[in-house]
Amino acid sequence: MKIRFYFMIGALIAVLFASCKKDNYEAPEADFTGRIVYKGEPISVQYGQVNFELWQSGFGNYSALNVNVSQDGTYSAKLFNGDYKLVFSPNQGPFLWKKNAAGRQDSIAVNINGSKTMDIEVMPYYMIRGATLTAAAGKINAFCKLEKIITNADGKDIENVSLYINKTQFVDGSNNIATQQISGAAISDLNNLNMSVTIPGITPTQNYVFARIGVKIAGVDDLIFTPVSKIGF
Amino acid sequence: MKKTNQMKKIIYAFAAIAFLSFAQSCKKDSEFLDKQPTSTLPIDAVWKDPNLVLTVVGDLYDRYPDYQTIEAWWTFAVFDEGFASASGDYFRHQNLEYGYDAWRYWDMGVYGYIRDLNMFIKRGQESTALKAEDRDRFLAEARFIRAGVYFEMVKAMGGVPLITTVLDYNYSGDPSYLQFPRAKETEIYDFVISELEAVKTILPDNPTVQSRATKAAALAMESRAALYAGSIAKYSNSQLSLPGGEVGISSGLANAYFTKSLAAAKEIIDGGKYSLYKKNPNLSENFAALFTDKGSNPEVIFAKDFKLKTNKVHGFTIDNQPRSSAEEAQGGRLNPSLNLVQSFEKLDNTYASMASVDGSGNPVYYSGITDIFAGRDARLAGTVILPGTQFKGKTVDIWAGYQLADGSIVTGDNFGQNKTNVLPGNAGSVQVVGADGPVDGLEFSAQSGFYVRKYLDPATGSGQIGTRSDVWWIRYRYAEVLLNAAEAAFELGDPTTAANYIKQVRDRAGLTVALTPAEITFDRIVHERKVELAFEGHELWDMKRWRLADKVWNGNNMSAADFINANNIGSATRTSTQVFGLWPYKYYNPGNANHLKYIFKVIKPSRVTAAHRFRIGNYYSSIGQDVLNGNPKIVRNPNQ
Repeated sequence: MKIRFYFMIGALIAVLFASCKKDNYEAPEADFTGRIVYKGEPISVQYGQVNFELWQSGFGNYSALNVNVSQDGTYSAKLFNGDYKLVFSPNQGPFLWKKNAAGRQDSIAVNINGSKTMDIEVMPYYMIRGATLTAAAGKINAFCKLEKIITNADGKDIENVSLYINKTQFVDGSNNIATQQISGAAISDLNNLNMSVTIPGITPTQNYVFARIGVKIAGVDDLIFTPVSKIGF
Repeated sequence: MKKTNQMKKIIYAFAAIAFLSFAQSCKKDSEFLDKQPTSTLPIDAVWKDPNLVLTVVGDLYDRYPDYQTIEAWWTFAVFDEGFASASGDYFRHQNLEYGYDAWRYWDMGVYGYIRDLNMFIKRGQESTALKAEDRDRFLAEARFIRAGVYFEMVKAMGGVPLITTVLDYNYSGDPSYLQFPRAKETEIYDFVISELEAVKTILPDNPTVQSRATKAAALAMESRAALYAGSIAKYSNSQLSLPGGEVGISSGLANAYFTKSLAAAKEIIDGGKYSLYKKNPNLSENFAALFTDKGSNPEVIFAKDFKLKTNKVHGFTIDNQPRSSAEEAQGGRLNPSLNLVQSFEKLDNTYASMASVDGSGNPVYYSGITDIFAGRDARLAGTVILPGTQFKGKTVDIWAGYQLADGSIVTGDNFGQNKTNVLPGNAGSVQVVGADGPVDGLEFSAQSGFYVRKYLDPATGSGQIGTRSDVWWIRYRYAEVLLNAAEAAFELGDPTTAANYIKQVRDRAGLTVALTPAEITFDRIVHERKVELAFEGHELWDMKRWRLADKVWNGNNMSAADFINANNIGSATRTSTQVFGLWPYKYYNPGNANHLKYIFKVIKPSRVTAAHRFRIGNYYSSIGQDVLNGNPKIVRNPNQ
């Protein structure tokens, strides 16, 4: 009987000690944050639609970490310390990414050692300048100018310019309650774009909307936007 | 005496046992271990008997790829043709974008299949025991299937490594000789076309052979493949191309491909062995029967067949039968969208929204529930079970509730629910919603207001789990060949020929006012394929090859206003990112002239929360990172 008792205690200790073993990796701790910018100005995009890839070599099979860019052009990721390569895959975002001599997307070396903030410089096809969004008489009126940044052979035409309004802060083609669109063919003067959209009834009632302007560039998936502005009426 | 006899018997028995066991151990050790398996047949034994080879070919046919098929009803709800009325499938309407890996058709399984086909062809060529005609037919069938597999791959992935021999690893530690680069997109299309040209004369030219490869099946596939290649060339743009030609076809090649497509289609048409299915004078019934009639159906060229009382049956009818007349407590999953329903044109060849409201926005009252659908293309009622129409002799009960004089709605939340004292002046119990719904968010109810009819089996028992359905899945049919010919002729600048071919298809649909050659436009051709070939697995590939997918599924959300008095229904680039429905209500206002008449409302099912967004990187599915890691010669697809 005694032997069996000791045996049981022994087994119990063995089990308890086994679970004391460290069996988890530590969580990543370094914050990697910043914005995508053109000459210091952040580039606003659609939520959850633009991302870049971080590649790290030396750990078995290659695969990328995708980092999403938020509506206002900021990003943030939790990473382990180490050396990464940062690259936008082709056709991500309303901008061009520099290419290497072989014509592939070039990468930026990023060394993470503790938290790091970095602005990523890109070359947008267009920039929206001097945008104003105002409310008047049950409508949202918008004015903006467009500056064509890429004017060489890589430049692209405008497919359309849209004014979106929504009741929440996420405002884009798939999150809106009303839109007004000008097609690219109908634009005569890039420095004088005016749009206006009637605010539809909102339930429950609220006396403000969120609005922004998006520019769709022909042959580019992602739109470039103005920052979201909250407009009371 | 007796005892001795018994003794003898025992001795004999022992002797026999001893003999057997010693004889066994006399075998050589090598023979003892080297046994023929009893569960599989050796290769050379198979290639002696055509029936045994046929079983191998049967397996190869069985693995033939289909993306959308009646064996996977939910695939029809991925785009804008249908709504998935099943709680596990609502997510199909809630994801904004398609992943870059969607529709990927390139993995170990696909190349394993190609290896099996190549191995079959190699062994067939080496075999000598079969009659030459049998052997040639089997080999031609395998080449037909292989062409089909490469066609499926090039549609999804662009150019892929073209492997036509059996590759074996020599265990040297260096696999680089097995690493092949991607062929050009044109090379894969050219391979498919040339293989089909080569086998068409070997395959039987027999229209009653419909589940195995025939001359017409080869020509139909050739016509489709050449048409795809031609439109990819014609509508190419610089973004959808790679410098090595793995993706993208030069626009200069368009006419050559269209010419091939037209020639292949014409060979079937001029052969005169196939014709459109026209057995039933009721055009809608006729169109529905075209898909379910397996007895001497002159339209079907190549199909995947099923058979009752075997394990080759499918549950399309169980999954999608009207709930009220269902033979099991399920059905109603696939609900055709209003987007599709309103595409069916009126008999005078014009497009119109379903007239739920008049020009000034007032509701239109209909005395019959089917009246709103009257005067439309007969294919509408052949493709869709409309409210108030019949399936298996039972009228479906689709209506969403009562609308009272003050505009308020009386409805229920379960199939055919009864409520007491809800209608003014009626204290009794009344049914307040149809036995088939629609009830928003109730699975199996007709949440778009419609049930699917195409491919639904009218046979008794088809809706029972114990019986299921043996309706076949038609991969190639004569009407598509006519539409291929029409499109190819149109693209070659011959609208007169195009009008002639398209007329035959439209006549069968009751659209007797023929389109003039001047009325044949690109948009017309897009529209005709949409309505004729709905729920037949064409939509994705058509939208891709025309480069329309990113315009039609552009991620912008829609509103009911897009479905009310719309004037761009015939436009090929009309946005169609979310599925909408059309719900009938009974108007309840005793004493009013419109009392108990029907009104209709355009609705968006509440489970539809996101707009489909097809990105430019979706035109060619991404290649798996495992494939890229395993073969450094593979280049990635563009724009991802």
